[in-house]
Amino acid sequence: MALVICENVSLRYDGQTVAENLHFTVEKGQYLCVVGENGSGKSTLIKGLLGLKTPAEGTIRYGDGLHRSEIGYLPQQTAAEQDFPASVREVVLSGRLGGMGLRPFYNKKDRELAEESMRRLGISELASRPYGALSGGQRQRVLLARALCGARRLLVLDEPVTGLDPVVTAELYQLVEKLNRQTGLAVVMVSHDISTALRYATHILHLQRTQLFFGTTADYVASAVGRAYLNESKA
Amino acid sequence: MLELLREMFSYGFLVRALAVGTLIALCAALLGVTLVLKRYSMIGDGLSHVGFGALTVAAAMNLAPLQVALPVVVLAAFLLLRLNETGKIKSDAGIALISTTALAIGVVVASQTTGLNSDLNSYMFGSILVLDGDDVVVSIVLSLAVLVFFVLFYHRIFAVTFDEDFARATGTRAGAMNLLIALLTAVTVVLGMRMMGTLLISGIVLFPTLSARRVCRRFSSLVVTAAIISVVCFVVGLILSYLVSTPVGATVILVNLAVLAVFSAVGALRARLQREA
Repeated sequence: MALVICENVSLRYDGQTVAENLHFTVEKGQYLCVVGENGSGKSTLIKGLLGLKTPAEGTIRYGDGLHRSEIGYLPQQTAAEQDFPASVREVVLSGRLGGMGLRPFYNKKDRELAEESMRRLGISELASRPYGALSGGQRQRVLLARALCGARRLLVLDEPVTGLDPVVTAELYQLVEKLNRQTGLAVVMVSHDISTALRYATHILHLQRTQLFFGTTADYVASAVGRAYLNESKA
Repeated sequence: MLELLREMFSYGFLVRALAVGTLIALCAALLGVTLVLKRYSMIGDGLSHVGFGALTVAAAMNLAPLQVALPVVVLAAFLLLRLNETGKIKSDAGIALISTTALAIGVVVASQTTGLNSDLNSYMFGSILVLDGDDVVVSIVLSLAVLVFFVLFYHRIFAVTFDEDFARATGTRAGAMNLLIALLTAVTVVLGMRMMGTLLISGIVLFPTLSARRVCRRFSSLVVTAAIISVVCFVVGLILSYLVSTPVGATVILVNLAVLAVFSAVGALRARLQREA
């Protein structure tokens, strides 16, 4: 059974329909890239998948016993929180909260997982630095470490490489791919970088107010929609 | 100095004021951290105006002030939060609407009953004489409850303050947390407003956090620093108000202002030193 099932979903933003007639599923081990132009409803769809936004029509369901606390989420960076007084460790640890049930404080295992997550992203030496004093790339790695702390079955990434330099971007993509291949962690990633989408994703969802394509990456490249979009982005 | 303290605290009402005021200053500072960072600062202010309305109505009907003000202000806190979430009225406008309405009701009720007299004056600017024995017990118990809840939910309060969407998406009940924050704020405002004054209570919610932010870069240190600042300012303010015979609420706010000035200077100095280093 699929982890996430979208049936006949329409999403509105500020009273306007931004995406309609969406039908797709996210399975275990799947790496789904959501592509499409700006304003095609990608970020709104992500909010829908995470339960932050209720669909105007249709249903978004979690299957296979997937619980919210097993999801990791890397949001698009907002300017608002960049000045927030918090240390890197405080931010990363907060990724554990969802899975803690009624327990009020972090235990040893939570702290170990947070340290491991920071090690994996090479930010261990930043642990006690203030989040607000970091560069954009470092911040993004902190937020990814937070997401990985709690992500056991599904990782949702909204434009994860915005503002990152090419080296960090490549590292981030490789890390996500490794997690996906090795642990079967399902990945949903919004991206407007079609070449990386084709390189890493097992499946593609192409949005343009409605669902132009959903299927495997190989089928997408062969499809009319895929060919047209690829030519356009090369030009 | 010791002589002065001994003299001060030979008065029962000052001992009560010290006990209750210290606890309330502590609660106010802790909640202030999340209110300021979530940009909910005006909620504290709005709630205290609602508290003013409730106090005048309680006085007019000869009811105990706490028993009336507490439920009314808690209800107002839920309402303000709803306004904020549904976004039907922009929340700052919504808060102003509720504040002025409550103030207007209070003034009208007071003018029809006791008249605009010294009672009203003490509601607005606070009085140190209002706490009797029962109030002290209720205030201490409730403010200890606020402290316990804050400690138990500390990490979740951090999470919804830092990134509410993330918290919600990954299974933290953000709505319930916001409700808890509003509820604890309402209780703190009601307990503190009669001593500090309904027009001044939001100051002790906001000032300590604003001061601590000048020098703190971590959430945990911010919370601890704000708490210490708040308690110290309250005690210093209480002593000063006794020495120079000024109202305690206003004096505490001015002490807080002085601390903010000092912390701002320290923060600016440190930033300059870091740039040069």
